[in-house]
Amino acid sequence: AASSPLGRRSTTPDVLARHGKDESYHPSVPPDVVAFPKSTADVSAVARLCHDRRVPLVPFGVGTSLEGHIQHPYGGVSLDLGSLDQMVSEFPDDMDCRAQAGMTRSAVNAALRHTGLEFTVDPGADATVGGMAACGASGTTAVRYGTMRDAVLGLTVVLADGSVIETGGRARKSSAGYDLTKLFVGSEGTLGIITEVALRLHPQPTAVAAATARFDDLDDAVAAVHAILLHGIPVARCELLDAPTLAAFNAYNKNDPAFRPQEVTPSLFLEFHGLSDAVLKEEADLALEACVDAGGRDVAWASDEAERHKLWAARHSTYYASCALKRDGKAIVTDACVPISKLAEVVRDTAADVEKMDVVGPIFGHAGDGNFHCILVYNDDDPPEYLERLHDVSARLIDRTLAAGGTCTGEHGVGSGKKKYVLRERGAAGVAAMAAVKHALDPQGIMNPGKVFDAPS
Amino acid sequence: MRKVLVGVKRVVDYAVRVRVSADKSGVELANTKMSMNPFCEIAVEEAIRLKEKGAAEEVVAVSIGPKQAQETLRSALAMGCDRAIHVQTDIRSDQGLNPLAIAQLLEKVVEKESPDLVIVGKQSIDGDHATTAPMLAELLGWSQATFAARLDVAADGASAEVERETDAGTEVVKLPLPAVISADLRLNTPRYPKLPNIMKAKKKPLEALEAADLGVDLAPTLVVTGVAPPPDRAAGVTVESVDDLVDKLKNEAAVI
Repeated sequence: AASSPLGRRSTTPDVLARHGKDESYHPSVPPDVVAFPKSTADVSAVARLCHDRRVPLVPFGVGTSLEGHIQHPYGGVSLDLGSLDQMVSEFPDDMDCRAQAGMTRSAVNAALRHTGLEFTVDPGADATVGGMAACGASGTTAVRYGTMRDAVLGLTVVLADGSVIETGGRARKSSAGYDLTKLFVGSEGTLGIITEVALRLHPQPTAVAAATARFDDLDDAVAAVHAILLHGIPVARCELLDAPTLAAFNAYNKNDPAFRPQEVTPSLFLEFHGLSDAVLKEEADLALEACVDAGGRDVAWASDEAERHKLWAARHSTYYASCALKRDGKAIVTDACVPISKLAEVVRDTAADVEKMDVVGPIFGHAGDGNFHCILVYNDDDPPEYLERLHDVSARLIDRTLAAGGTCTGEHGVGSGKKKYVLRERGAAGVAAMAAVKHALDPQGIMNPGKVFDAPS
Repeated sequence: MRKVLVGVKRVVDYAVRVRVSADKSGVELANTKMSMNPFCEIAVEEAIRLKEKGAAEEVVAVSIGPKQAQETLRSALAMGCDRAIHVQTDIRSDQGLNPLAIAQLLEKVVEKESPDLVIVGKQSIDGDHATTAPMLAELLGWSQATFAARLDVAADGASAEVERETDAGTEVVKLPLPAVISADLRLNTPRYPKLPNIMKAKKKPLEALEAADLGVDLAPTLVVTGVAPPPDRAAGVTVESVDDLVDKLKNEAAVI
């Protein structure tokens, strides 16, 4: 094959389509070519080429983003980082490691299996650490262990002109210069391409227990979450699921002979981590007391590891279960995150709106962070009036969230889908400041163009 | 049973992208991540479960290899083994040290330790010989059950029942103890140690012996003369018609 400065590449239509489509309802907007670099040097060469020719460039991990992050509205090159999938170094004595950007989070933890340590960020999908860093990923463990912003100690980044920088370092803290690591984490590929990620690790908990609690009222479930946090209990996972979510989940699994249907009622899925079974029991007892005080009942413990994994796999499957409520269902995935004290009213009003407008909108999420997802489901057979009602519910949810002092996206990021809300949330001056940074690092505007915000003209 | 002996081998980590050394004499091991062989992890897990069930009193891990094999033994201790034995040799364990020599060294360790059961992985992912367990059993004159997917030790510790993987499915065999068992993939899912157990393992006894002192001829009878990576995949070709496809399948790929 004729060699090209792009290196190994593909223009096969299916390959292009795959690289323009993520896990959201946004359609595939494919690149002109997909390149498969094998190293930071390769990535730098491609970036330099794109810089010289003014060609858009979008990095690609495994495509599990949720707001059309990897669409190519201006064509260009998709940079598939799948070959950068090796662990660079492990430092178990310092509890950190460095992985190439294309390594998935499960591969990172498999590599660490004999160290007693783990990379804790769990967004559900088996995303790459590079993609997770670029999108500031979070997930079910954030309530105790934080998000990627807390987990990333440093990065190797290829800038828009092909130059390579290292940010952060192995010291646990540094005041030496601007914190570029925090700038690139969450920048969604618009400021540079991440090729290596240094990760803070945590001890795998010695004692773990998971529990479910049922409530008759969604309000009571949220109140229980608030009470758990205000008691100062370091809950490790604190997930809320409403009745429609559990109904969807039961329907989704009905053909599995081993499946036991869940009670269709607002529920909390909780997990506790402790240094010993004794510590664990104390924390868990206190938390469950708080649940019962708030109206909780039928507390059940998931005792062994297999049962716990099933519980969290179930939790992650709620997105797919929700979409499965309609044939070939797709969904607008909302990602409201509000101060915890406002969570009850925002969830209550959202649930009421969903019911009143008669749309399909299961609600579940990381209640411990004040973050929930209302999955607004539709398919191509739905009449335009339904879609209009759906979009109205979503718009009112954003209004409600911002009015409560929250953010339109707690963890999924902006991509292209939430761009229209960034100006409202950050204000003109805020967006102008972001635009100044973008212009400084990517003057030609080739790094994932059309995402996060539109620069003021 | 009083004692179970588990063999563990330090090999190139299964996730590593293996490189051939420049002189093509072997796989590049310098700066390459090494880990416990996955089937050895399963063997250790099975031994620990026997102890937890009360079927064994003590689990001893043994490894043959360079100084760094002690790290692998510490992992076995962290998983729950009580003691470890390191048989030190700098002969490359992926190609220089042959399975027969390994079996003979293990025979010496068995003579020293008198275990009631020996469990090893079915094969190592570097050599892939799968011969150490059968040869060890023969040297010892013991029964053997290889490719174990299930192991049940009788309450009186005098026999064991093993479900073995075969090409056609599985077979169940019953064998008297002492015996040699080799662990296959479905035998169990290994636990991985938490920090407190890793710290505790640092204090567990680890005895070092020199392979050269055990009276075994370590010279290889199998010699690797060269190692090469698989050839690069050729690019695919687009065909214009079904006739073209059939022609290529017949005359180029020679599959029809």
